[in-house]
Amino acid sequence: MTTTADATTANQPAPHRRIAAALGTGAPVYGLLVVLLLALALTDPGFYEPDRFLAFVKRAAPLVILAAGQYLVIVSGEFDLSVGAIVTAGVVVAAELYGSFPEAAWLVVTLALLLGGAVVGLVNGLISTALRVPSFITTLGMMLILEGAVFYWTGGSPHGSLPEGFRALGRGTAFGWLPWAVLACLAAGGLAFWLMRSDFGRTLIATGDSERTAALAGVRVHRVRIIAFVLSGVAAALAAVLVGGFSGVSAQAGRGLEFEAITAVVLGGVVLGGGRGSVVAAMAGAFSLQALFTLLNLQGVSGALESTVQGFIVIAAVGLGAADFSRLRRRRHSSPGGTPS
Amino acid sequence: MNRRRLLVPAAALCAGALLASCSSDAPPDSPAGASKSADTSDGKDSKFFEQAEYDRQMKLMDTEPEGPDAKPWEQMLEPEMTDTAEYKKKGSGGTHLCFSNAGVFNPWRQVGLKTMKAEVKQHKEITKFTELDAQGKDDKQISDIQELTGKGCDALIVSPNTTATLTPAVKEACGKVPVIVFDRGVETDCAVTFVNPIGGYAYGAVAADFLVDKVKPKGKILALRISPGVDVLENRWSAAKVAFDKSELDVVDVKFTDGDTSKAKSIVADAISRHGQIDGVWMDSGATAVAAVEAFEDAGVDVPPITGEDQQDFLEAWKDKKLTAIAPAYPTFQWRTPVIAALRILDGKQVPKEWKLPQPTVTQDTLDTYLEDGMPPLHYAMCGCDKMPGFPEAWGGKK
Amino acid sequence: MTDTALAPPQPPVKHSAVRASRLTDPAVGVWLAALAVTLLGWLVVTLDGGTFFSRANIVVILSNCVALGLVAVGQTAVILTGSLDLSVAYLIGLGTLVAAETMESGSVFGAILMVLALSAAVGLANGLVVTGLKVNAFIATLGTGFILRGWIEDNYTGPAGKVPASFQRLGYDRIGPVPVSVFLLVAVALALWVLLKHTRLGHHMYATGGDEHAARLSGVRTRRTVVLAHVLCSLCVGAAALFLASRLGAGAPWAGTEARYDLESIAAVVLGGTVLAGGRGGVAGTLGGVLVLAVLDSVFNQLSVDPFFKNVVRGVVIIAAVALYARRGSRRSA
Repeated sequence: MTTTADATTANQPAPHRRIAAALGTGAPVYGLLVVLLLALALTDPGFYEPDRFLAFVKRAAPLVILAAGQYLVIVSGEFDLSVGAIVTAGVVVAAELYGSFPEAAWLVVTLALLLGGAVVGLVNGLISTALRVPSFITTLGMMLILEGAVFYWTGGSPHGSLPEGFRALGRGTAFGWLPWAVLACLAAGGLAFWLMRSDFGRTLIATGDSERTAALAGVRVHRVRIIAFVLSGVAAALAAVLVGGFSGVSAQAGRGLEFEAITAVVLGGVVLGGGRGSVVAAMAGAFSLQALFTLLNLQGVSGALESTVQGFIVIAAVGLGAADFSRLRRRRHSSPGGTPS
Repeated sequence: MNRRRLLVPAAALCAGALLASCSSDAPPDSPAGASKSADTSDGKDSKFFEQAEYDRQMKLMDTEPEGPDAKPWEQMLEPEMTDTAEYKKKGSGGTHLCFSNAGVFNPWRQVGLKTMKAEVKQHKEITKFTELDAQGKDDKQISDIQELTGKGCDALIVSPNTTATLTPAVKEACGKVPVIVFDRGVETDCAVTFVNPIGGYAYGAVAADFLVDKVKPKGKILALRISPGVDVLENRWSAAKVAFDKSELDVVDVKFTDGDTSKAKSIVADAISRHGQIDGVWMDSGATAVAAVEAFEDAGVDVPPITGEDQQDFLEAWKDKKLTAIAPAYPTFQWRTPVIAALRILDGKQVPKEWKLPQPTVTQDTLDTYLEDGMPPLHYAMCGCDKMPGFPEAWGGKK
Repeated sequence: MTDTALAPPQPPVKHSAVRASRLTDPAVGVWLAALAVTLLGWLVVTLDGGTFFSRANIVVILSNCVALGLVAVGQTAVILTGSLDLSVAYLIGLGTLVAAETMESGSVFGAILMVLALSAAVGLANGLVVTGLKVNAFIATLGTGFILRGWIEDNYTGPAGKVPASFQRLGYDRIGPVPVSVFLLVAVALALWVLLKHTRLGHHMYATGGDEHAARLSGVRTRRTVVLAHVLCSLCVGAAALFLASRLGAGAPWAGTEARYDLESIAAVVLGGTVLAGGRGGVAGTLGGVLVLAVLDSVFNQLSVDPFFKNVVRGVVIIAAVALYARRGSRRSA
């Protein structure tokens, strides 16, 4: 790292920019979400009955949690492509654990998964920072490793199934009406919101905005990024608990979730490359994506054309967001596709 | 510096030129000659429903198979035997069996491969078994087949990844070694035998007929499919559609689940609320059947008649929850047959040109015979492996 | 690593050329790695009782390079420009279908033109969405991929079309131990290499990828450059689709996705020393990266490695290789 930083960017206070960015880049997603929710109401008048709506939130919960985790990584200027593999691995490992220890308490298994997610995130973070491997490659490699290792270990498919106790978090309800998954989603969302308002959040955004400036200002950028990866890993493990609980053992529980999570975050106006966007908007992006899936399903779009419609809407939504606020982003220098160094 | 960069491609070019000058003729093993006979294959387009094949499968479902009752993997339907004296293995010494596998990308194939390996172990004359895994890549499987033909295999078993695309490679291999194709076919009849169960039309029709029988007229049917563009699955659906079109049932939705249990559960939940009720669920495969059952439970309604597959978790749910269900199977015991066929061929014994295996269905009456306790949730009951050494541990089960 | 940030970016063309030539190292490194993997593979396989350098095996390794090689070479062009293409896998599937169906009913030549036209159109769309709508390449090409997927799913129910024997020769004939398709790969790679190193467009691509802002300020029409890079990439993917069609003898809707050409090609490019953020790297390294993956695959085959374990090793190799480059890079700039 050499020091050719220009003085102008170093002088700008980070919080200012953060607020401007949050307002500027987040707005379109709320519009999109409102439009989709209205469309859902028109398509299906019963959609807003409390239990139906709660069921929708419950279904969206894993993606929202993944998006929150992914946001932390993306806003710090990195990628996490391993989250889908963590979800698959989490579900399979849980089933395998129950195969060996059928009496295990759900809390123990859940905590073991969260710990496992944290470890994977830690490894991702260490390799991406200390070894300077671009996170796109680190997490792509991690995805291959996790998928391979977990099925190598289990000989192709898990040996046990998930008992009701473990599945309650993803499937059951508190007080007979409030799905636990909704509570988990609220808790994770609240935590992410609080985190982003804390000092850590500011340093995270500063790191993503300009690593060099942040480092000069005394931020320990490596540590900040490693923490972001760890949190993303934990979020993915929590999503695994919810997905496994919602739908049971599956050898492909997390397939494609990494792309869905990144799409959700970008829909929320968060800029790939780091430094811009709010976590609430990212989670709104996840809700929008889930609303879109539900709408396509209810509309009865020909099953085969669903992905085409989805592709168009995602491009259009992101394009719209970019077009409206392109002026605000002039200062951005980093390249569109990659991670800065 | 720039010159050094030039070196690499330049060297490659020079090497290429050198090689070109030393042997420019097409190698004798190129398929150019073989593919002249390409017009013998029917070049069929799976896009359209084939009446003749449909009729044949329907007829086979009612045909009594030849062979031992207790060993369906050795049974055959309407066999037309072919002579294999030309492939009889000369001299003594062990047999080297080779297998080009499309991949192990789903539990069905994993159970199948375990069963095949167990079958190989049962035959002491097989001294070497080489398996190459194409990981779902057509291109790699073509190379794998080419590689195996150069390895001194006595016989080659192929489980093609895609029907049409492996035809050239299999044709090429046929000239060198006896080939046994199973599961999906290829568009050439050069293989000594093609082992497969009755087929996708019969699968789809059995499930659809069950619903036609169990669901009252005008009942609302939800059809769940894995994904479009997969020929075996398209066959299952097209046969079901024939049955539904003839009936008075109303197919309200046809949805793709991608084999994703969460997605399947969401789709069923949405369908229940959108249509008020669902009176029957048709599935083209069993991977997501339990998720569908749970969606009805979570919505607080009775589970309607539902079709699945012989996957363990579905059979368990069926028994525990007393479902009205049926499970047609694409039996995994077909993974045993190619090994048996290969040994027969190398022995010079006759085998059927197309080895049609029976395709049993799990019904209420046979549920208890197929459901084995202690097996893992993604096990397939129709593996024909319950008497094999190492069962159930090798398949992940507990005694 | 960032010592090349230009203060007043006046002649970016010259500058990037200098930078590129200094960074020949990763390309050389990856070829050395390929050599090392080959020797190691030879050693292990020989100890295991097999023969690694058999003619059949060399043919297999080389022909396994072609499809991924063509895609990765194209991917190099976009990544150098600072973009990315995740739609390649679906384009391959659609390409093989269009090729096989056109060949069945019409001429081979017409089919080649059709596929290349289709590819160019998809590349153009990708490029325009990235530059015009300012959608991040990751999302833009993911979206185009979804659109193509829907199109395939709606129109095809499985393999379709038929490739005549004459065109299948591209996939199966060989000269000595070298499949003719390898010459296609070399030709495409060479063409792109010349384009990158010896034309204005190529220099602009490096400049755009290195620092888009600076490139624009110094007069490079960065948008047009990015669009052209996407078109080039898709044309390479079209070539891969044609090769696969010739090899498969029919169109296969999922030929690209099942093989994960999207992520594998990116892995190969980065393995070849091209920087994911753009601006540095090249075609020669990418070919080396492809060769490493193909040799690894062959070693796995020879040793009958468990397919799940293969993925673990591949993941480790990719991360380790890139970590090695990163170390070398940082040491130099220190």
